[in-house]
Amino acid sequence: MNVNLEIPEKKETINDEVRISVRDLNLYYGDFQALRNMTLDIPENAITAIIGPSGCGKSTFLRLFNRMNDLITGVRVEGIVELDGVNIYDRDIDVVELRKKVGMVFQKPNPFPMSIFENVAFGPKRHGRKNRVELEDIVEKSLKQAALWDEVSDKLGQSALALSGGQQQRLCIARVLAVEPEVILMDEPCSALDPIATLRIEDLMRELSKNYTIVIVTHNMQQAARASDMSAFFMMEEDRAGVLVEWGATEKVFTNPQDKRTEDYITGRFG
Amino acid sequence: MKQKQRDSDAQAAAVPANELGRRWRLGEKFIESWIYLAGLLTIVVLLGIIILLIKEGLPIFFDTPPWEFFFGTKWYPVSEPPTFGIMPFFVATLWVTIVATAISVPIGIACAACLSEVAPEKVRETVKPVIELLAGFPSVVMGFIGLMLLSPLVQSVFHLPTGLSGLTAGIMLAFMSLPIIISVSEDALRAVPDEFRQASYALGATKWETIWHVCIPAALSGITAAVMLGVGRAIGETMTVLMVAGGALAVPVSPTEPMMPMTAAIASGIGNAVRGGLQYQALFAIGLILFILTLAVNLIADRVLERQKRKFQR
Repeated sequence: MNVNLEIPEKKETINDEVRISVRDLNLYYGDFQALRNMTLDIPENAITAIIGPSGCGKSTFLRLFNRMNDLITGVRVEGIVELDGVNIYDRDIDVVELRKKVGMVFQKPNPFPMSIFENVAFGPKRHGRKNRVELEDIVEKSLKQAALWDEVSDKLGQSALALSGGQQQRLCIARVLAVEPEVILMDEPCSALDPIATLRIEDLMRELSKNYTIVIVTHNMQQAARASDMSAFFMMEEDRAGVLVEWGATEKVFTNPQDKRTEDYITGRFG
Repeated sequence: MKQKQRDSDAQAAAVPANELGRRWRLGEKFIESWIYLAGLLTIVVLLGIIILLIKEGLPIFFDTPPWEFFFGTKWYPVSEPPTFGIMPFFVATLWVTIVATAISVPIGIACAACLSEVAPEKVRETVKPVIELLAGFPSVVMGFIGLMLLSPLVQSVFHLPTGLSGLTAGIMLAFMSLPIIISVSEDALRAVPDEFRQASYALGATKWETIWHVCIPAALSGITAAVMLGVGRAIGETMTVLMVAGGALAVPVSPTEPMMPMTAAIASGIGNAVRGGLQYQALFAIGLILFILTLAVNLIADRVLERQKRKFQR
């Protein structure tokens, strides 16, 4: 893997269109504050990387956007998270609708113990698509988008668990794409994969970022530098609450960080 | 000088250690062979039971041909000449098991799903042990409950001449197999990795869809095992059906009739049967059939599970 921090060709301009904006956000697990005073914009059709040391609340932050934190008891959120100008923490927000719009890829590939076809068709089926021909179209389109079609087109009926780790992760991406989301959240999607599979996923992310807003949590600095347009650097304070230290264009954050802590972290002095 | 001292110390220590190792290995050998023997004994006893059933039961077919035995509808062991047709018992067992399964499987799986997926941890922690306690209820007591509480209810609801019927027995058996179905299914559901649930929710599935389309399919092998255990209990249960099924000897056309399942037939008949006599042999043959029935249920379940496993695992 290429280890130098030189930034490969990027989009000339980052889309100014703000897709998600976070304002004065605090999140608590019971008495413990996990995120403090976060304010941040996520641009449309670009890749935003969340970087920072372990335990600084990166995943918690990511899970704000599809309200997966709701599944944990004792979580309290203060502040505003706006998606297309609508606060997703409003009381009358339909979480199921929100999650259709905001898909998520997890750290460990987690295909269902079903066939490849059923995995991809799972979301559309839950949302009322029952027509077999229509489902076949969706499955083919999603698998092609996820660059997996050529490898699995002749074995759609086979168990998804028989695929390799990298293939499973692309299947999970296809499964998300089948729901036709607008935003895709990725929680360290490559941490369980080998370098070659990792590069394939990164290529895929680049490709998808033309049409989707992607937010990725990563531990891998090279990955953030290589693959993202925007970067947000998180740290934790003495009481272990996560804070946002710095955010902006990846190029800027990596080559000319404004904060000493960012510089120390990306040059490997700690973390 | 000091070095020498240390050497001899080490030697002194080494001897007992060696001895200890030898003893340890001996103990290991002993335990190993003991476990081996215990395992062997189980198999021997099981084989012995099968041989006994065959030896005592099979001779009935010299007197009554298998055709008449299986499909005969008249069981008159003491008339002259005696006839041994087990159709009434067989159909009764079928009815009772169908009723019990139809009630206990949906309720059991629903309860398990509720406990594992919906109920708060505290509720689960108190309810589950209570349910498991119910599994240890003596079947005679269940029979009493059936007699005193359930049979009048069944009689009045279905306007039956008597409340003692296959339906009553089936409902009681459903109650008795529920604890095991709930407990084992719940374990299976809890063993489903949380990643699957997360993935499902993240795709916009509701809680109900996640339970129905992800958790239950993923736990299906465990749930099948639970159902088989429950059905096995329903087929083999004796005391309760003896008390509440009604004990009629006609072939039951509907589950609301009084009837005598195979287990009840054996239990009620064996006391009067002369050892080695025809009736005695016939009852053993019924036992043999019961054994084959439960064996078949288990084998089919194994097959289903095996096929499912092959389909969805590496």
